Amino acid sequence: MTALAALMGRDIRIALRVGGGALIGVLFFLTVVVLMPFAVGPDLALLTRLGPAILWLGALLASLLTLDRLFMADHDDGSLDLIVMGRTPLELACAAKALAHWLAAGLPLVIATPLLGLLLNLDAIATSAVALTLLAGTPALTFTGMIGAALAVTLHRSGLLLAVLVLPLSIPVLIFGVAASQAAIDGSSFGAPFSILCALSLVGLVIGPVAAAASLRHGLD
Amino acid sequence: MRLSGRGVSCARGGRPVFSGLDFEANSGEALAVVGANGSGKTSLLRMIAGLLVLAEGSITIEGGGAELTLPEQAHYLGHRDALKPALSVIENLSFWRDFLGGERSDVSETLATVGLGHAALLPAAYLSAGQKRRLSIARLLTVNRPIWLLDEPGSALDAAGASMFAGMMNDHLARGGLIVAATHGPLGITARELRIGGRT
Repeated sequence: MTALAALMGRDIRIALRVGGGALIGVLFFLTVVVLMPFAVGPDLALLTRLGPAILWLGALLASLLTLDRLFMADHDDGSLDLIVMGRTPLELACAAKALAHWLAAGLPLVIATPLLGLLLNLDAIATSAVALTLLAGTPALTFTGMIGAALAVTLHRSGLLLAVLVLPLSIPVLIFGVAASQAAIDGSSFGAPFSILCALSLVGLVIGPVAAAASLRHGLD
Repeated sequence: MRLSGRGVSCARGGRPVFSGLDFEANSGEALAVVGANGSGKTSLLRMIAGLLVLAEGSITIEGGGAELTLPEQAHYLGHRDALKPALSVIENLSFWRDFLGGERSDVSETLATVGLGHAALLPAAYLSAGQKRRLSIARLLTVNRPIWLLDEPGSALDAAGASMFAGMMNDHLARGGLIVAATHGPLGITARELRIGGRT
């Protein structure tokens, strides 16, 4: 447990320091959402209708943007070799890294959502619905995205490749995330899409670390 | 404890690097891997560390922790220092102590031993190449592992650093440790030579 806590603590600390990149995701999220009303025009009703989708799209892109750093920094400075050799199972180490990444880069997206909801003319219920679905859904993005990050670890400038690799895995999350938010706003059934969203996160939580550890073991050179 | 390799072959990118290498090292013994550039010294160390797949042959460990695999009992000091520039010297070392399961030894004391006591709170980004190497060496002292795999350990070290490290390697061997080091220069300790590739 000490080992995993140390790994998480280190990753969060690095992310929050200068050049760590925890804020890059939030700033990108902010940029996308701030630009959207200018592109769509001053139609408040339209913005309200598109709001949840815009927020989800922004959050999805923002979390893909920072994912390539998950293993690459450790690979480049040789830390990954020592993590692979260590006595902590690699699957658990991968899970700890992904969790730390979500805490540093995913959770701030959820926290920023209420503020950004104001820009899209969303009322309190709609904003909290989107924030709740993001809270339940962004772990799925991080944990499935880590598979792509592990596959692309030896390739430099792999950010775009990673986005393409994990696209099929992130589409269901986007569909059910937006569906659950819309359901909460229309007053239709919120439970079904939200449960599926939570299920996607749980599946990612189980499969992601195992798949990432397997691809890290085979990809070392 | 005995580390032995039988018929070890290495291939990188589909090309054979070396083949049919036999070696053996017992507790308290150091093996100096020598050979020309590109002869596969680093590859051999990485194969022992479990970071590279053997093309043929086997590397085994007898004795030592029965429940532990070979990589779990080894330290690997590679070309890259495994340091985070954003973290301070002491944070870097404390992390590896906690992650690799080191004893609760005093980290700042170890830093003083490798001559970095004055820089403990400095971000690792500001260290020179030699100081970074000293910090990686501090990792070997903080966490107990019987096998040390060292890749060019003397690179970037000054004369005082090299003799300090030679003293540490001798202590490690005296405690029954085992060292495999890839090197071009003298190690500063008594070591059996393992030559890879025909010519140098």
